[in-house]
Amino acid sequence: MSDAKVPPIETLGLQCPIPRSEYPQVTLAHGGGGRLTHALIERLFLAVFRNPALEPLHDGAVLEVPAGRLAISTDSYVVSPLFFPGGDIGSLAVHGTVNDLAMCGAQPLALTAGFVLEEGLPMDDLWRIVRSMAQAAKDAGVSIVTGDTKVVDRGKGDGVFINTTGIGIVPEGVLIAPARARPGDRLLLSGRIADHGIAILSVREGLSFETTIESDSAALNGLVGSLLGVLGERVHVLRDPTRGGVASATNEIAVSAQVGLRLEERAIPLAEEVRGACEILGLDPLYVANEGKCLAIIAPEAAEQALELMRAHPLGREAALIGEVVADHPGRVMMRSRVGGMRIVDMLSGEQLPRIC
Amino acid sequence: MCLGVPGRVLTVEENAQGMIMGTVSFAGVNKEICLAYVPEAKPDDYVIVHAGFAISIINEQEAGETFEILRRMGELADLEEESEGAPGVSPDPGPAPPADRSDGSLPLPGSGRQG
Amino acid sequence: MRFVDEYRDEAGARRYVDLIGRTVTKPWTLMEICGGQTHTFIKSGVDRLLPESLTLVHGPGCPVCVTPLELIDRALAIAARPEVIFTSFGDMLRVPGSTADLLSVKARGGDVRMVYSPLDAVKLAQQHPEREVVFFAVGFETTAPANAMAVWQAEKLGLGNFSILCSHVLVPPAMEAILGSPASLVQGFLAAGHVCAVMGTHEYEPIAAKYRVPIVVTGFEPLDLLQGVYLAVRALEEGRAGVENQYARAVSREGNRPAQTLMKQVFKVCDRAWRGIGVIPASGFALRPAYARFDAVKRFDVGAITAQESPLCIAGQIMQGLKKPHECSAFGTLCTPERPLGAPMVSSEGACAAYYQYARKP
Repeated sequence: MSDAKVPPIETLGLQCPIPRSEYPQVTLAHGGGGRLTHALIERLFLAVFRNPALEPLHDGAVLEVPAGRLAISTDSYVVSPLFFPGGDIGSLAVHGTVNDLAMCGAQPLALTAGFVLEEGLPMDDLWRIVRSMAQAAKDAGVSIVTGDTKVVDRGKGDGVFINTTGIGIVPEGVLIAPARARPGDRLLLSGRIADHGIAILSVREGLSFETTIESDSAALNGLVGSLLGVLGERVHVLRDPTRGGVASATNEIAVSAQVGLRLEERAIPLAEEVRGACEILGLDPLYVANEGKCLAIIAPEAAEQALELMRAHPLGREAALIGEVVADHPGRVMMRSRVGGMRIVDMLSGEQLPRIC
Repeated sequence: MCLGVPGRVLTVEENAQGMIMGTVSFAGVNKEICLAYVPEAKPDDYVIVHAGFAISIINEQEAGETFEILRRMGELADLEEESEGAPGVSPDPGPAPPADRSDGSLPLPGSGRQG
Repeated sequence: MRFVDEYRDEAGARRYVDLIGRTVTKPWTLMEICGGQTHTFIKSGVDRLLPESLTLVHGPGCPVCVTPLELIDRALAIAARPEVIFTSFGDMLRVPGSTADLLSVKARGGDVRMVYSPLDAVKLAQQHPEREVVFFAVGFETTAPANAMAVWQAEKLGLGNFSILCSHVLVPPAMEAILGSPASLVQGFLAAGHVCAVMGTHEYEPIAAKYRVPIVVTGFEPLDLLQGVYLAVRALEEGRAGVENQYARAVSREGNRPAQTLMKQVFKVCDRAWRGIGVIPASGFALRPAYARFDAVKRFDVGAITAQESPLCIAGQIMQGLKKPHECSAFGTLCTPERPLGAPMVSSEGACAAYYQYARKP
């Protein structure tokens, strides 16, 4: 699991360490590599991310890594708006990469964080984002051990872009790969879908609506760890249905493994409010992004137990058995609709757009 | 054309331009909707909403007809089954169907051929 | 969700499918007018439950698909202008013009924004007096009241920077064009419930009488469509023509009077070109002279527009129900959702996109 030597985050006061009176906004000078850059790194990033690996502020971090298979994953985060109900670009940047590692079967060891800041970004916003990242990392039991900061001209960035790269170790007895999906395997989903995508849309200009829906953005390594710890090799495939939703994730598995997948629409958990939002925007929830959910393909004899394990975890309370792997229609995903007909669930060619037609 | 979603009217008020607006709830998601085309709409009514406008108030009485047909067909089918066991008895076609709502040019469900 | 879930009941669906099966004694061809109906059939899979002898043809009920190429090219030209905020429903953003679509104009720097309602576009015009706000007013009669209100509101507010690019099309003339075509195989119609919520059902009575066809106005949930199919085949089996209203919970014979009144005030009926079909007389709406200053065609001189339709695209025949998508030589090869040659491949309601996505076999 995580490095037990990660120190607790210091409780910071409510004051941004680089006060508004000094620099209310990020400027090009903050990316210049000189004194201002150092001030930014030390007083903001280092103060918040504080951990032994980061302290020396070398060009890179040097870690003691246990033996085993090393998993590595990278992702860039460009979400707009930067702050949304249930999260922000910072927490998303941590959760997303931790989850990618978890989907390989790995527990995260360390993350890097690269920032591209747009000139003019309010320093308060940056501080909020960095604090959010620190909290997310703490909750996931992982440290941010090295990073980079660049500043680009006003108009050349969307406030901030973040890249996080993560490394982790895949324990013995864990073998996750799409090719392991076999006809008869069961498909489980850790909870309700489409919360994240709808939460983002609810604050997007031109589409706003009043709702209590929040992003489900969360680190799944704990949930995955509890599954793998008990079931080991009987967990065949893991996938988080992010961009493109459950539809895209299941299609990727079906194509990669050349198996068929059959879903049961009535089994897929969906919050009533999210459903309402999808109805008025004309969106199919199957294609809407999630940031704290996990699909798992499990050997049939272990499916019941897998469901219990998921439900025992706070992030898996609404876990459900939503389908199975079949030998028919390899490479395709079919779904039995709520009303009893069969439909093909295909890949979208682009982004799903709200419609009136 | 097409996407019209039923929602429940929560509030009704006039805006600065004198246009009737309201808050409509769709399974708990609330959106400001123009109610100018359904001036009789009041809180707790259900309306069909398209592109930010309510275009119709749902007639709850009519809403049941879809299921009425099935129920009546089910009754007729049950009665036929019963009468099969008693030769020489002709089945009662059941209660008279309700008045037609369309343009009057059609016979009614239940009369003539049973579906 | 109330008035939604009840009409998605599986047991009810099965019973209607049974009922239809017991009613049908010969092959029949039905056309559903509206893309939303097509969408429900395919997404719910209920069309696959219907008897083999029943053929469902997808009609031209996709205002997105039938918007003339010239108008799309004009929209692209206007959207590219730096002073313009071009607003549109999501549906139109990926429809291909001669060389590009609105999303690619956005990629090249055009200010293209998606809105949920035309009133949002009016709001933008109020918030940005220094910019020109244009709204792409596409739709059947269902959307005309919303667009009429947007123009009416803009006038009340005295806005000098709001205009619409009008591409309204009307259903009854399209139905007549289809029925009047000698190649037409359509024997019965499922008419669009929300169009009729606005316009009423009475416009269809003369059509049903003239062509001796049953026309059933339906809602958009699976049970609405199944009940609609049942009523249509029952009428066909009994040799009856005429209009039936399955969607009586939302539709009346006269329709929505206040909406019709404002539509008449703002719009007049005009001839309209339907992409892939050609000009159908008296089949569209245009702004009345009193509202000419809100007409984006008059407001923006974008020079000559020479639209270039792909010679391979047979969208017109598909939308009239004369051919099926897989009978097109370009289907799935030169024409795919990623690189569409015509509108029915782009719009999610378009027959070609539906076929491609759901891999319908003949």
